[in-house]
Amino acid sequence: MDKIFYTLSILTIFTAIMVVASKHPIRSILYLVATFFLISAHYVLLNAQFLALVNVVVYAGAIMVLFLFVVMFLNLNKDIERFKSWIPAFAALISAGTLLMIFLSATRTSQLTIESAGSHDIGLVETIGEVLYRDYLFPMEICSVLFLVAMIGIVLLNRKEKVNTQNVMQP
Amino acid sequence: MNHIPEIIRTIPFTHYLVLCSCLFFVGLLGVLIRKNVIIVFMCIEILLNAVNLMMVAASAYRGDSAGQIMVLFTMAVAAAEVSVGLAIIVMMYKNLKTTNIDLFDQLKG
Repeated sequence: MDKIFYTLSILTIFTAIMVVASKHPIRSILYLVATFFLISAHYVLLNAQFLALVNVVVYAGAIMVLFLFVVMFLNLNKDIERFKSWIPAFAALISAGTLLMIFLSATRTSQLTIESAGSHDIGLVETIGEVLYRDYLFPMEICSVLFLVAMIGIVLLNRKEKVNTQNVMQP
Repeated sequence: MNHIPEIIRTIPFTHYLVLCSCLFFVGLLGVLIRKNVIIVFMCIEILLNAVNLMMVAASAYRGDSAGQIMVLFTMAVAAAEVSVGLAIIVMMYKNLKTTNIDLFDQLKG
């Protein structure tokens, strides 16, 4: 069990680094899909089966297809970036490393005892559904309003462009 | 099914903290370093997933399923955010013909 966890962790961090480090956007997307699958494997290890399934469907299915569609739509093949100078990268490394040091020093004082752990069926659909529809019903309704707002926003964004092209075309 | 909570007994919780901190570090580094705005968006997804994994681990170790509900809400917000953000990226690509984030400074009022 230890070996599974550590192998998964090393693979997850490796694929995340490759997302950042690879030059081509499509390679980044494929490594990101691998990262999401590995995080789903972590969810399965943590006994959260429903979330593992939702993670594969939502992230590796929907969101990554959206990213791939946009990258292929924009045709970024020639647009390979190159670093102008190393100073911004160095500053980014220092600031992100400072945050990592803060996190790692905070883990030393974390007190989470495992006495209360134990029930096997936390992540099952039945338990999640009961808690979601009993205690968190109002936030879920707010979530649906959020989706409605996002949908209206996307439609408005694309409609504005269409009006502009019509104005250009008319004269 | 009986062997799955074994990981809670064998792996200390701080290892999950260290793993999620490293994932967050990698994602933050990508957000700060990369210039392509689509890759910056993907690194934001890595950040969200690091936090999600943290919440699922805490929920599993505490035996409380409220953290998993929070992860569900985070996924919903992430889906809405990605769709709106990619629509904005496509719009700005139509205007500017580039995805370099340094050239996206025309939004400042």
